This record gives sequence, C-alpha cells and structure tokens, in this order.
Amino acid sequence: MFSRTYRAAITVPPLVWVAVFLLVPYALLFCYSFWSVSPNQTIVHSWTLDNYRDLFRVNVYLQTLFRSMWIAARVMVFSLLLGYPLAYYLSFHAGARKELFYQLVIIPLWVSYLVRAYAWKTILGSDGVLNTLLQYVHLTQHPLDFLLYSPFAVVLTLTHIYTPFAFLPIYASLEHIPRNLVEASHDLGASPFQTFWRVIFPLSIPGVLAGATFAFVLSLGDFLAPLLLGGPSGIMISNIVVSLFGAAYNWPLGAAISLSMLLLVLALLVLSEKVERKWSFR
Amino acid sequence: MEFPVSAARSTSRWLPWHAIAVFSFLYLPIITLIVYSFNGPGVGGFPPHNLTLDWYRMLFVDDAIWESVLNSLKVAIAAIAISLTFGIPAALALDRVEFPGKALFRRLVLLPLILPGIITGLSLSILFHDSHVKFSILTIVLGHGTALISVATTEVFAGLQKLDRAQEEASLDLGANYWQTFWRITIPNLRLSIIGAALLIFTLSMDEIAVSFFLIGRDNTLPLEIWGRLRRGITPEINAISSIIFVFSLIAIVTWYRLRASAEAKVEIATEFETTVQG
Amino acid sequence: MATIIEPTLARSPNSGAQPLLSIRNIAKSFGKNPVLRDISLQIAEGEFLTILGESGSGKTTLLRIIAGFESATSGEIWMEDARLDILPPYRRRVNTVFQHYALFPHLTVEENVGYGLRVAKLPKEEVANRVEQALAMVKMTAYAKSKPAKISGGQQQRIALARALVNRPRLLLLDEPLSALDANLRRQMQVELKSLQREVGISFVFVTHDQEEAMVMSDRIALLRRGELEQIASPREIYGRPATAYTAQFIGHTNLLQGEVQGGVVRCHSLDWPVGLPDGPVWFSLRPEHLRVVNLAVGSAGVNVIRFRGRVCHQAFHGSTDLLQVECEDGLKLSIRTATRENWHGELELEFSPEDAVAVRKSEEKV
Repeated sequence: MFSRTYRAAITVPPLVWVAVFLLVPYALLFCYSFWSVSPNQTIVHSWTLDNYRDLFRVNVYLQTLFRSMWIAARVMVFSLLLGYPLAYYLSFHAGARKELFYQLVIIPLWVSYLVRAYAWKTILGSDGVLNTLLQYVHLTQHPLDFLLYSPFAVVLTLTHIYTPFAFLPIYASLEHIPRNLVEASHDLGASPFQTFWRVIFPLSIPGVLAGATFAFVLSLGDFLAPLLLGGPSGIMISNIVVSLFGAAYNWPLGAAISLSMLLLVLALLVLSEKVERKWSFR
Repeated sequence: MEFPVSAARSTSRWLPWHAIAVFSFLYLPIITLIVYSFNGPGVGGFPPHNLTLDWYRMLFVDDAIWESVLNSLKVAIAAIAISLTFGIPAALALDRVEFPGKALFRRLVLLPLILPGIITGLSLSILFHDSHVKFSILTIVLGHGTALISVATTEVFAGLQKLDRAQEEASLDLGANYWQTFWRITIPNLRLSIIGAALLIFTLSMDEIAVSFFLIGRDNTLPLEIWGRLRRGITPEINAISSIIFVFSLIAIVTWYRLRASAEAKVEIATEFETTVQG
Repeated sequence: MATIIEPTLARSPNSGAQPLLSIRNIAKSFGKNPVLRDISLQIAEGEFLTILGESGSGKTTLLRIIAGFESATSGEIWMEDARLDILPPYRRRVNTVFQHYALFPHLTVEENVGYGLRVAKLPKEEVANRVEQALAMVKMTAYAKSKPAKISGGQQQRIALARALVNRPRLLLLDEPLSALDANLRRQMQVELKSLQREVGISFVFVTHDQEEAMVMSDRIALLRRGELEQIASPREIYGRPATAYTAQFIGHTNLLQGEVQGGVVRCHSLDWPVGLPDGPVWFSLRPEHLRVVNLAVGSAGVNVIRFRGRVCHQAFHGSTDLLQVECEDGLKLSIRTATRENWHGELELEFSPEDAVAVRKSEEKV
C-alpha cells in the first residue's frame, strides 16, 4: 500500500540518526578500548589487548566490579521483594482504586533521580533527619555512621529509585492474566495460595525477569548515587570509568571497562529475553 | 472477586500493609525533602522548626539557577523536536515496513532506555570529542534527542496499533496522496500519543543528568547546576528547588496519565459503537 | 456411544429422592442494581437443566453463585443436606466449564486436565489413570502433550469439559460453552454433550441464550427474565404450554392474539370460539405451524375448527417450510408455517383448532 518514497521517507532518517549517534559512538568505544595512552597524555592508536588484561589483573578494578555486581544484585532482590507483592495487590485486590494506586507508583519514577538521591542524602547523614529523629526519641545516643557514605546507602537509594522500574513489567504481566484462569483454578479445588503458586506466579515470570533485569542492569551502571552517598567504600565500577575519562585520563582503559560493561549488559538482556520467551505462553 | 464469608483470606491480609509500607518508602523521602525546604535552621535536625519561606526567597533571586532552568527548557524543547522528528517515522517504519536490519534497528533504538546512562553519555562524548565538536548546549541536545527517540517511538507505536488502517486507505481511495494522508489523517489520529510522548520527553529531559554529565560545556542544565552545588555542600535552597521540580513533574505525569486514559476510553467507545451497529 | 438420542423424558423434581441442589429464594444485587430476584428451584440427580435467558436476565450470575464466584445478597443454596453457599468455590463438589474455556496456557493438555486431581494431592498413578480416561471420553487422547494455544476452539472446549469432569463433581455447570463455536460444530457438540451427560449420569446445569439449543439438550428448561423465573418445565411443555406471552415469544415463533371472554365465549377480532375461562381480557399464543391453509390440506381438519380468510403479504423460504405473513380483513396479521410452495399470492382460506390457542399470562410489558 505504501509507495517507495513513503517507505524511504520513514525509514531512512531514523536509521541515519541511529547510525550516527548510536552505532558510530559504540564503534568508537570499541576502537578506543584497544588503544592506549602515552606518557605525555596522548592517545596512541596502536592496537593492543592491554586494557582488557589490566581490567582483569588489577585488583582494584576486579574488586570494584564485583562490589558493583553485589550491590546491583541486592538492589534487584529488594526491588523485586518490594515490587512484586505491590503489583499483585494492585492487580488482584485493589479493585476500584487500582488506577489511583498505579499513578501513585509511577509518579516517583518520573521525579528527578537527583531529587530522590538528594533526599536520601539529607535523611541519612549524621546530622540528617533519621539520625536526629532516632536521637530525639532516645533510640540511639550517637549518630549511626553506616547510614551514609557506605554501600548500605547506595543500595537503599538505588532500591528506592528502581523499585518502580521493577514494578512496571511485573504489574503488566499480572494484568495480562485472564481472571477466568483464577476462577477456573478455584473451581478445580485449588485454594488461593495454591492458585497463586500454580497459576499466577508462573504466568508472571516474564514480568519478573524483565523487572529484575532492569533493576540489576541500571544499578550496575549507576555512578551518581555512589558519588553522592557511597563514600570511599561505596565506589562502583562506573565511578572508576568516570575518573578515567576525567582526572585519571586514561580513555582507552575507560573505554575498555565501558565496553565490557556494555557487553555484560547486552548479554544479560539477551539471556533474559530468551528465558522470558520460554516462559511466555502466548 | 468476592467469596462467601468463610473463605480463608488470611494470606492476603498482609498485602495492603505491604503496599502501605512500600508507598511510605517511596514517598517519605520526598515529603521529608519538601518539609525541610521550609525548615529554618537548614537541612537535617529533627524536628523541623522555625518554618520559613526564606529558602524559596533565596531561590527566586538566584540567577545561576534560573539561567540553568532556561537552558534546561531550551534543551527540553529541542529534544522534543528531535525525538518526534525521528521517532514518529521510526514508529511508522517499525509498524509498516520490512527492511533489512529491522530487528537490529528496533533493539538499537530501545537501548538507551535500558542501558545505564553512562554508556550512552560516554560514547557520545567520544564522538563529539573526536569530531572536534565543542561541548555546549548543542551536544546536550543531541544527547537527549538520541536517548529519548525511543520514548517517542514506543508511545507512537502503541498509538499506531490502535489506529484504524482503513481510515488511511479511505483517504487514499478518495484521492489524497501519501503526504496529504499523513498530515490529514495519520498525524491527527496519533495526536494523543504525540502529546503524551512530548510530555514524557519534556519531563525526562528536564530531569536528565546521567547522559548530560558527559556532554556538558560551559552552560549548565538545571540538574547539573544542582549537582554542582551538591558537591560544594548542602543548602536548603536545594530542597526548595527540588520541591518545585517535584510538583512540576507530578503535574506533568498525572496529565500524561489522564491523556492516556482518555485515549483508551475513546477506543473503547469506538469499538463498542462498532459492535452495537453490527448488532 | 449410541447415535440415537432417546426422547427426553420429563423429570419431575420430586421423583422420589431428595433433590441434588436446592436453590432457595436467591436474590442478588450489584450495588443498587437487582440482577436476581427471589429465585427458587430444585435440580434432580442426573438431570440436564438449562437456564435460558437473554443477556441481562441474570442467568450467568445465577450460575456463578452456584459455582461460588459470587455470593448471593440473600437466600440459600443446599446440596443434599448441607449448605453450599457458605463454602468457597474450592470446597464445593461443583465444577464449571467456562465460556472461553479458561485453560491454563502454561500447562499441557494433560496437566490441565489433571490439575484438580493434583491440587487434591491424589497419588500420581491415580491422576494419570483418571486423566487418561477423561481424555478418552472426550476423544482427545492424541493431544495430551499439546499446549492449549496449539489446539482449535472446539478441541479446547472438550479439554475444558474433561478437566471439569475428571474430578467427578456432583454437579457440572456449563457457562455458554458452545457460543464461540460455529454453527455446524455447535450442533455436533450439542449432541455429544447430551450423550456424555447420559453416559456420566451427573447433573448438568447449562446456561445459554439460544432457545433452540435449550430445547435440543434439556430435560428441563428454566426460563429467566429480568432476574425472575418465568417458567420451568420440560421442553415440550414449555413449547406447547407456555405460561406467559414472553415465554411463548422467546421460545420458537408465535402469534399473540388478544381477546375478550364473555359468558364462556372468547371474541378475538372477528373470530369467536367457546372457552372455559372467566370473563375478561385474555391473551392467546398460537404457533404458526398450528395455522393451516385449507386449500392445501387434504380436506379440512374436521369439526371444531375456526376458519377465516387472509391475504398473503409476505413469504419467507425456510428450506422445508415457508413462513407466510397473512393479513386478515380486520387488519390482524398472522404468521403461518406451511409446506413450501414457490409462489403464494392472493386470498387463502385458513383454519386452526381452538385447543391450539394456548391462554397465556401477559407479563409486565417490556420492549
């Protein structure tokens, strides 16, 4: 039905933009990761695998990577623990107020990341709201140190930010479950708990996987929360990359780490998509 | 779904409490922030006292903040323009045309949404650096535009699914060419999706920091201006501007949601009409 | 399975034994909207009962109350000598075949069928045996390992049936299970369902809006109108002796005639005949097939017929019969079903036997 000009007009411009501003930059990243930096701070365009070797040999990089993955894993688990029952409640028990509650959940999602991270910073500090509150009601006598400038603060803040992200796909998949399946299960003798376990949960797995992937991937690459709240013990892999592109001036190494992160993330996305497809029964 | 009285409901009794707990977790920090924007002695300390509007007054005469707000607005509007200009055709192409590399294209367009901002920001900054493009508002605009095309594409694509293809066919049948049909029929039908996308892109662009971080030149956007101050120390003025940001985002999102809901209601009414007419 | 369907016998609800299900004064309102008003009826052991009605009549709501997915606003339901309505659906010995089958998409056909048995924690062997039997009964053994998405609508319907019956419920509820099937498949399934019910011997409660379907399958039909029970009787009785004008019009075609009784004689337009009815206005239902065209008949039907003339104004071909619209001198319009003939025109001489004009109650008028 559509003429060739029409088809070209709607295909070519986006393709060109995406090629220039997405493909080329990734390609550059790729190239840089194999180059190196000379002692007088210029980029040497000779191809080498040194950067990747460094990534695996230098302790601090590996350690930071693992710590980042550990932080991301905790954020993922907590987001799911918070998000799933909430999604279930909204989908199956909220009745008329479902729409209102849904809006309440997505609003924080769109409110500035910075605002939310900042809010936690003011709450968790040694003079912050939480500490002074605890002392005010005589639950503690001294400010709790671990609250801020620690991995704890990073996990807490990132969980706060990514729980709605985890919630969305879980809620969508729960909403897709035809209600007559729940009735059929009850009709056949399954209690509400058995129905949840045998029917509802299996059918919501694609949503859970998507939510888990979002939370994990986005937390892994986060650099703002660690800068604001992480302190020295809360540094994550992206912070290292940022400094390599800044003061530490080693673009190739930074590119190598970024590319590794990119590949890891892509691998996770592909893997999760495969598993999701296996668990989707359309 | 209601059951007769004696049905065991104990397992689901904790669900509402959990929901309340999660909502509290999500909102208390923000509410605290807003409350403390009125706090006399500054951030921290419990309980809040000496409530004052001083911080807001300070905010209003803070030129640097307002300059950055203006910059952010410029960026946001430009980002909307770019995202829609490239996102609408992208959605149409994904919906209607088979072309080589389509699957790759679809993934690529969606990537910036799922990837951590650092990767998008860094890779673009390498591009600009190597092309000797000076870092400025322009580079931020290009970054936001690229990252947010996917938002436009997703919203418009969803709207396209609800579009009745027969309308466009009727237009062509009545003598309009593709270009006319596009402007007279396709776009008006996508009006709600486009407005929704614009609203979303605006909000996301105004709040964007991860990608902008790497593309910044001399001029700050609002989030970067706040970020700069945060590195220097906390003042309740930041609470004040944050509270204002929160209120605006709130309005934007609720509006977007209502638009979405009314679009869906229209589709339902339309299909109901169809089925009644067909008997 | 026998291919000859035995003529359905009217079963009276109190044929000796205690009824299986006793619905007592069930009423249901959604908010201020009353959907069921004071329904009472009894279902016998082994009976095929159809709840028939238009959309909005409350038939699905009644079924859902029996299944346990809704609770009644007032009234009780008893199964034998225990109260049913206070139990949640998963404790009732009642199973449902849903309108859109509600098969579990993530389970295979055999896992679907065995679901209720596994939930009841029966031993694996028993589950396997019973599932096999159930699949054989609905002739779907070959599809045991398929997923529901891969089988056709008609096949899904059989699986839904097997899944319900394998649990050996006391009562099977069917919520318009055939409405999604096309006409031929539907007719075939009607026959199969009926034989299945005979074979299995369980009471079936079947909900439909299709009156033909109801007549073909049921031992008794319960006609619901606007939340009230209009009439409950065997198909023959409900067709031949409709209690109300609504029933007469809903089930099959009919002509509704209004008349006035005076002194044991009814005057209906320009016709009159003796009736044993009290004085006053009266309505009659006269089925089109009971009006005969005299010219065609091999002589007249004999004594005691009412004769009159009419002019054909419309004819519709129905395959083996024609449905004629005839207008009489006084403007009375009647539908007549007669043997088919290529061309009807002009004046006809018509007759009917007065006992075929059944007096009916006129329920409150509705469009």
